[in-house]
Amino acid sequence: MVSTTQKWWPTRSELRLSWLDLGLIAALVVLVIAGTWFAESFLTQRNFSNLLRQIVANGLVSLGMLIVILTGGIDLSVGSIVALGGVLFAGLTDQIGIGPAILVAMAAGAAVGIVNGTAIARFKLQPFIVTLATMGIVRGIVFIYTETPIVPAHAGFRDLGSSVVGLVSVGMIIMLVCYVLGWIFLNRTPAGRATVAVGGNEEAVRLAGINVNRTIVLAYTLCGVLSALSGAILVSRLGIAQPSLGVAYELDAIAACVIGGAVLGGGGGGVIGTFLGVLTLGLINNLLNLMGVKSFYQEIVKGSLILLAVLIASRRKR
Amino acid sequence: MGGISKRYDATQALRDVAFSAESGVVHALVGENGAGKSTLVKIITGAVQADTGQILVNGAPTRIESPLAAQRLGIRVVHQHVSLVPHLSVSENIHLGAMPTRIGGLWIDWRAAHERAERALEAIGFSGIDVRLPVSSLSLGQRKIVEMTKACVVRPRVLIMDEPSAALSFDERGRLFDLIRQLKSDATSIIYISHDLDEVLEIVDRVTVLRDGMIIGTMPAATTDKRQIVEMMVGRVVNDIFPDRQAQPSQQEEVLSLKGLSCGSRFDDVSFTVAKGEIVGLYGLIGSGRTEVARCIFGADQPTSGEIQLKGHVVRPRSPREALKAGIAMLTEDRTRDGLVLFLSTCDNISLANFDRTSRYGLIQRRRQRAMVTEKVAELGIRPKNIDQPVRSLSGGNQQKVALAKWLLARADILILDEPTWGVDIAAKQDIYEVIRRVAADGMAILLISSELPEVIGMSDRILVMRRGRLVGEVPRRDATERNLVALATGSMG
Repeated sequence: MVSTTQKWWPTRSELRLSWLDLGLIAALVVLVIAGTWFAESFLTQRNFSNLLRQIVANGLVSLGMLIVILTGGIDLSVGSIVALGGVLFAGLTDQIGIGPAILVAMAAGAAVGIVNGTAIARFKLQPFIVTLATMGIVRGIVFIYTETPIVPAHAGFRDLGSSVVGLVSVGMIIMLVCYVLGWIFLNRTPAGRATVAVGGNEEAVRLAGINVNRTIVLAYTLCGVLSALSGAILVSRLGIAQPSLGVAYELDAIAACVIGGAVLGGGGGGVIGTFLGVLTLGLINNLLNLMGVKSFYQEIVKGSLILLAVLIASRRKR
Repeated sequence: MGGISKRYDATQALRDVAFSAESGVVHALVGENGAGKSTLVKIITGAVQADTGQILVNGAPTRIESPLAAQRLGIRVVHQHVSLVPHLSVSENIHLGAMPTRIGGLWIDWRAAHERAERALEAIGFSGIDVRLPVSSLSLGQRKIVEMTKACVVRPRVLIMDEPSAALSFDERGRLFDLIRQLKSDATSIIYISHDLDEVLEIVDRVTVLRDGMIIGTMPAATTDKRQIVEMMVGRVVNDIFPDRQAQPSQQEEVLSLKGLSCGSRFDDVSFTVAKGEIVGLYGLIGSGRTEVARCIFGADQPTSGEIQLKGHVVRPRSPREALKAGIAMLTEDRTRDGLVLFLSTCDNISLANFDRTSRYGLIQRRRQRAMVTEKVAELGIRPKNIDQPVRSLSGGNQQKVALAKWLLARADILILDEPTWGVDIAAKQDIYEVIRRVAADGMAILLISSELPEVIGMSDRILVMRRGRLVGEVPRRDATERNLVALATGSMG
């Protein structure tokens, strides 16, 4: 009789970092040193706790994006879902309380994900076009819900994003838990392995008797849920929910995934790499802010970084 | 061309081949699947380069470095699988890359394009296709005609036709032959590739037979016959790499039974049975419909009529998932295209069809999974033993074993194997044969599809032969010879 003991935690070989991961860690170290050198306020507890709060929004969206990218797809609607989750959470907290409001926000995110996934899996539409369409539709719905920023009066409203346990915020803890669950999903569940496999060879997965449509719908649903959750934590940190929230977040999320080694079109990428990608991107943003670099220069730096990451990845493949 | 050799990884596709095409001569190239015909064509057309040997064009040594270089030399191909751009119009496809233009190339002259396309179609004897329609709206036969027009419109010096008559009607075939005669009188040199030996002998001047990457012989069509060609095509000793058959299958217990299964134009009225523990071979040339039958049984395609019975119950799998649940497993033909996820590990690939056995409450039970996979890896002798290695890094033989292991674990009643040893070295072949025999002895019913004659004859208890979408014969193992199977498959009986 084979033992049926579960093994949740990663084995040593699964934790072995790839060259890309090690490169990213090296880049992080360089960034920290550069930060200490160029910006005196960089190496302070205040800045770090700020930084850790700021990366949560992109961190959660990037995790969702990673799952979608692994299936060979892409989700451009995440920014609009962030806004949807944010305004729903802020708008409902005063009436139904924090917990239920978060659940409603996440359910709304899931609904958008199901629409995305169904259109892509069942009707065989291109992910880029489908999510471009829902990106517009959802943004419109957000503006119908509220044209003016919402500022909830609920006492605990800001806890999620702002209150701190030790050095890290509650939002950061939620994000880390999501990353651990994400790792378990992608590495320890049949559905997760199928997700990874679909991006490599959809036909082989279909012929292996796996429901490919369901796998794809699940990926977009998870992405929607994580984006909505990200929106809720984001408005909690800002203390205000604007309908224009989350614009262009899809670009940062795709950037974090790609920098972390994910391959657009499927066939590579993982939770650890994406986490490092999120950290790198967050650190660069933080540093450029502290150095007083104007935001459009920041865009140039980020864009160049993405090109560099893709270039390195394509070289390694040969 | 002379002394041409080409190696792909572990297989020697061509060995010291010498071949010539003279102007005004139709030269047939025949051989079994995998004999090296396609590789030879690829070298002539610049798609791949030969490892050794040289090509002479008009007596001068020439390097054909790319398809473009081949086209500049006047070498054109009519591909077996039509290579047109589906959503572009017939005219655009015919003129692809050389559209008639005005104002110094800025403006496409559509009227001239359509007129020229129409004239080109007429010139080769096939008018009556609307050149404005997108190619995707044409029938397969019509597409083939467009492809031929595209090749002829540039007045090629060498025209290679790969199975040009495959999708054509009887009437169209007649006109194709007229076209070939016309091209011949224009001093075009034609290389004609076909499985249909009747056709070959009717139209060509010379026949070259390829086998195992070597030229077996070249002779004038007038002095040879089908019998001689078939002998040259198959003439090899069946080597004894096949394990002896131990247990005889119990003929009583039918596992799979097809009754009049048809699927549109792909195959028609196919009926046969496979019993428990029996290995039934399904032989036919590429395009004969054998893979299509298998895909219908496995639910990857839907039959248009007829029924499939599994252990006496009618099943109608609408997806591979349903087929698998019913107890039908299938090892697909092309492992890299639809059998394996190359960047994932051996462990992941083997598990892919078996999550119901390795997971509980939606979580994979790692220890059980790894134990199961490790056992199969040892049983099939998969190298390397490290199951976390991505299958991309494995040799062809080991990749095939991984694909096979996945289905062996799926605990099906019937296992369909489509070309189970394609592109696999001899040692791995032998391992795979032994495993197939062993699971059959354990009671699995096996449908073995293969275009390798020694394999079909050496492994099967009975052999079914398909030709042009129909089952044309059933041969018990003791009566099977390479010659009579090829005769059945090519329609050259007697």
